[in-house]
Amino acid sequence: MPSLLRRRETVLAIIIAVLLIAISLRAPVFLSAGSLDTLITDSAILAIMALAQLLALITRGIDLSVAANMALTGMITALLSHAFPTMPIALTLGIALGVGLALGAINGVLIAWLEMPPIVVTLGTMSIYRGMVFAIGPRVDAHQLGAQFIAFPNERLLGVTHIVWIAALVVAAEYVFFHHLRRGRELYALGGNPAAARYVGIDAARVKLLVYLGTGLLSGLCGYLVVARYAVAYTETALGFEMQTIAACVIGGVSIAGGRGTVAGCLLGTAFLVIIFNALPIIVSPFWQMAISGTSILITVIVNSRSERRRGKHILAPAAGVTPRTEAPC
Amino acid sequence: MLIGKTAPRRSRWAVLKRWEIILLVILVAICAANSWASPYFLDLHNLFDSTQSFSEKALLALSMSLLIIGRDIDLSVAAIVALCSVVMGWLASQGVGMPGLVAASVGVGTAAGMFNGGIIVGFKVPAIVVTIGTVSLFRGICYIVLGDGAYTEYPADFAALGQGYLFDLIPYEFVVMIVAAAAFTLIVHRTTIGRKLYAYGNNPDAARYSGIKVDAYRFWLFAANGCMAGVAAAFLTSRMGATRPNMALGWDLEVIAIVVLGGVSIAGGSGTMIGVILAIFVMGMMTFGLELINVPGILMSIVVGLLLITAVALPIVVRKISERRARARH
Repeated sequence: MPSLLRRRETVLAIIIAVLLIAISLRAPVFLSAGSLDTLITDSAILAIMALAQLLALITRGIDLSVAANMALTGMITALLSHAFPTMPIALTLGIALGVGLALGAINGVLIAWLEMPPIVVTLGTMSIYRGMVFAIGPRVDAHQLGAQFIAFPNERLLGVTHIVWIAALVVAAEYVFFHHLRRGRELYALGGNPAAARYVGIDAARVKLLVYLGTGLLSGLCGYLVVARYAVAYTETALGFEMQTIAACVIGGVSIAGGRGTVAGCLLGTAFLVIIFNALPIIVSPFWQMAISGTSILITVIVNSRSERRRGKHILAPAAGVTPRTEAPC
Repeated sequence: MLIGKTAPRRSRWAVLKRWEIILLVILVAICAANSWASPYFLDLHNLFDSTQSFSEKALLALSMSLLIIGRDIDLSVAAIVALCSVVMGWLASQGVGMPGLVAASVGVGTAAGMFNGGIIVGFKVPAIVVTIGTVSLFRGICYIVLGDGAYTEYPADFAALGQGYLFDLIPYEFVVMIVAAAAFTLIVHRTTIGRKLYAYGNNPDAARYSGIKVDAYRFWLFAANGCMAGVAAAFLTSRMGATRPNMALGWDLEVIAIVVLGGVSIAGGSGTMIGVILAIFVMGMMTFGLELINVPGILMSIVVGLLLITAVALPIVVRKISERRARARH
């Protein structure tokens, strides 16, 4: 039991529950079915993108270009929808995934093959992609988009929006990848200890390429979803969203130093941020959003640093039942 | 505590020198292209006026280079600039005069830098995570104070700071930038402070064992970075004549791009101030040139991104090719 309590995911889940109760005491409308439906739909895109960022962070990398990738892919699909309003939705999704993958491949090649630092590469591609959105756009409005294009993410299957189903699919896929596939375990190994990972024969370049292909693919998917959901594609689509994805991960206990982080933590971090973002306009003022999310990140980071240091001591004096750092808590 | 120039291995010098020479060539090429594209470029008044638009970023780039050489980074500088500006705006509305405003800006900036440094050094957490948190915190405070409003009332003599000229020709911020650039160059390349900075940037553990107070250096560098943000905020606010919570948005990444373009390795321990200063002028003149031929600022980000990636990729590609050739010869 105490081990369950000591787990970050449990603590975070309790904090979220307390938060929900406190908010609903102030504003009962927050827990109504309609409000919760919006809440979950709003968190779907952030959840997918936080899971994308998780891939990069676990391997000691970072992808700052995710938001710009979303904006560019979103703009390309929007322009296509403008040109061919009756384009089938499967084709739109295919194009979004393809474009996102291609943009991710550029990052992947530079990081994996040229061994450039991920932060520099993705900083560069971030500004390139963002500039290209303006160059090919700069704006596609709701009335210029195909009806089906806009409708798809908000249509419902079994009472839940498509966008949430897609997020659920990504969550399931990433869970299986991390917990049941060797390639997924290799990400933890590489992030936990790159030198040791090389000695056991893990091909770092191949893993990194896969990671940035993954972040690109998911960014492309979300690029279409975000443009369709808000029915507009413009230069500022998802501006600054990369910071939110990193924030969700950090709050969810993902270590920027690599090797640590879980799908569940990521989702809880996302839930925490989305609840704060959606509740604040009801409770205080939306202008408190940034300061509160910043403070939460700082508090989590400080708490994290203490637990990580404890772990460090364990490694110096190994005792029975101590999990090595490279093994992810399941 | 001035020290003489020691002779590092020649090969490293050759590489560094080559990079600075490449930057110089790029700078000359840009100036030539600019004067070919626009008859207004080679006008002394225009040239000096153009320095206004990059001097503030340059101030931030100078101290940021030191942080990056020491393996740290500060993503919150732009938010600190906004925070300082908000404090100045509030004080101005309370009737504080020009000297008080500048002192407050520098003070608040330094305090914000110390806040970053204190958490990073005190809790031993990566600078990138902490400053991702403080970027939201600092800018969040601006939004709490201002909402969607602005401070626009500043004393008349305050305006002279960012809009005034020395000898009716050279903008004050450019003078300050040149003085600061000279000071930073001297500190980094001619004092033991600089020598120790490179030492711990290359190998923090070895530096610590050899008696360098690494944590103290890191803390004070964050303070210095905040201080420079305070100075930049004073100039920017005076030049704009208004404070908005979103001011200087995105500057942090632009500043990092300048530093990396200047040849400072994001992994720490290498780079020269001359390179950074050249990169400042390369970016400044390129922006000015594109403005002269009416290219929108956002398209400029494509060029910046390409330049950034090329700057880092080129030496790696050259090295890989020469390695392959060497292997083929054997």
